[in-house]
Amino acid sequence: MPLPLQALRNSPPPIVHVRGRSFMALALAPEPPLAAWFVELDEHLAGAAGLFTNRPMVVDLSLAAAEGRDAVLILLDGLESRGFRIIGLEGASPGLLEHTHWERLPTQLYGREAPTPVNAAPPRIGGELIEGPVRSGQSVVCEAGDVTIVGAVASGAEVIAGGSIHIYGALRGRAIAGIREGAQARIFCSRMEAEMVGVDRLYRTAENWGAQLHGRAVQVRSDRGALRISALD
Amino acid sequence: MSKVMVVTSGKGGVGKTTSSAALGAALAQAGQNVVLVDFDVGLRNLDLILGAERRVVFDLVNVVQGDAKLPQALIRDKRVETLHLLPASQTRDKDALTPEGVERVIGELRERFDWIVCDSPAGIEKGATLAMRHADLAVVVANPEVSSVRDSDRIIGMLDSKTRRAEAGEKMEKHLLLTRYDAGRASRGEMMKVEDVLEILAIPLLGVVSESPDVLTASNLGFPVTLHNPAAPAARAYSVAAKKLLGEEVRAEPAAKRGLMSRLFGRRAAA
Repeated sequence: MPLPLQALRNSPPPIVHVRGRSFMALALAPEPPLAAWFVELDEHLAGAAGLFTNRPMVVDLSLAAAEGRDAVLILLDGLESRGFRIIGLEGASPGLLEHTHWERLPTQLYGREAPTPVNAAPPRIGGELIEGPVRSGQSVVCEAGDVTIVGAVASGAEVIAGGSIHIYGALRGRAIAGIREGAQARIFCSRMEAEMVGVDRLYRTAENWGAQLHGRAVQVRSDRGALRISALD
Repeated sequence: MSKVMVVTSGKGGVGKTTSSAALGAALAQAGQNVVLVDFDVGLRNLDLILGAERRVVFDLVNVVQGDAKLPQALIRDKRVETLHLLPASQTRDKDALTPEGVERVIGELRERFDWIVCDSPAGIEKGATLAMRHADLAVVVANPEVSSVRDSDRIIGMLDSKTRRAEAGEKMEKHLLLTRYDAGRASRGEMMKVEDVLEILAIPLLGVVSESPDVLTASNLGFPVTLHNPAAPAARAYSVAAKKLLGEEVRAEPAAKRGLMSRLFGRRAAA
């Protein structure tokens, strides 16, 4: 029976608050042969001393599981001894880690898939440069900094950046800037035909801006809590 | 050197199968040894357009699963000797195709034919990804309307990421074939123009096939349009496209409707 509205209003405020929060965790997918993989990992670590210590880490075992249970246990101990804090496992078959202390780790993880690389440019420090068009259905995510795209962003494609987004071409899809940088980030594009633009939690869809901006070079920024889109030409 | 060519689009009903048949037939007419492979398992159509529906015994699924040998399933066209069909199964679904089986069949076809034309099913799921997987080049079929163009854009993205060639870091050759084009309606702004589509998709243009009743007539009779009425504008567009695929330098024919002069003089000549 539905509670009368009055009863709801009078009920005491809840004491337990369950909230969702997202965290950044590193994800590693060790590949057999594991000995060679560890050699490579150690080389990486030597080049970035301290960068990975105490970092939360999710280990994808889908490739390593083929090596058997013992190899997986050695692998996980090996990672822990290097200072990684393993907080979750992926790709492990149910019985694989039974009766070990790894058993308690969560194996059902929900998160955004790693973005599909577009034209596989290596990530650059503080940002990313994408050559050529970003096609419908593709998603460019760079939380580290600015994204520069030389070419068009198609309808149905999306670009998400920690900093600003620069598009030397038509923006026909979505662009969200300022995931990290916040209100200082901006979006620039040489031709505005976007479906949606957003900066720092503010967003607007195409029906909210006038036809006079369509097809023009514009910048999008967050101005005292409002999203401002203005022509550059 | 054999070439595997996928004819794909994302969206259904834009003319993939018609274009596969017409391009395959045109390549065969140019003396190439061609096989048309129908990847649309469950909704096979290519056999109808080639007029071979009553000759199908074994199909792609049988060969992929090892129940039949490749020569048992291949159907040779009665009009063009060098044109062959590997039909799809109508009773199975796309899950009957395995990546390993498809790879083996494509490998066997490469030994026998110059051109392996894979007619992709619509969509972006397993059937379509398997059809494009081993391709050396792709013909992206699109109609001059926004939904078709956006779906084609998505497919181009997949061609650049999900194919063998893309994964090996090689370049995937892609060509745009614009079908059901109506120059009159495009000039009146009722339809996207060729330039608009090219600007969005940013791949080279292989040809523009005008909307034409010849295409439907030919399909219903079980003929690729290039065989049924080679003089029809649509058939000529496909023949020119096939020549371009063979690396010949051809000047693209204008897709415009008959001009005023030809209309005047054409009518007088007919009278």
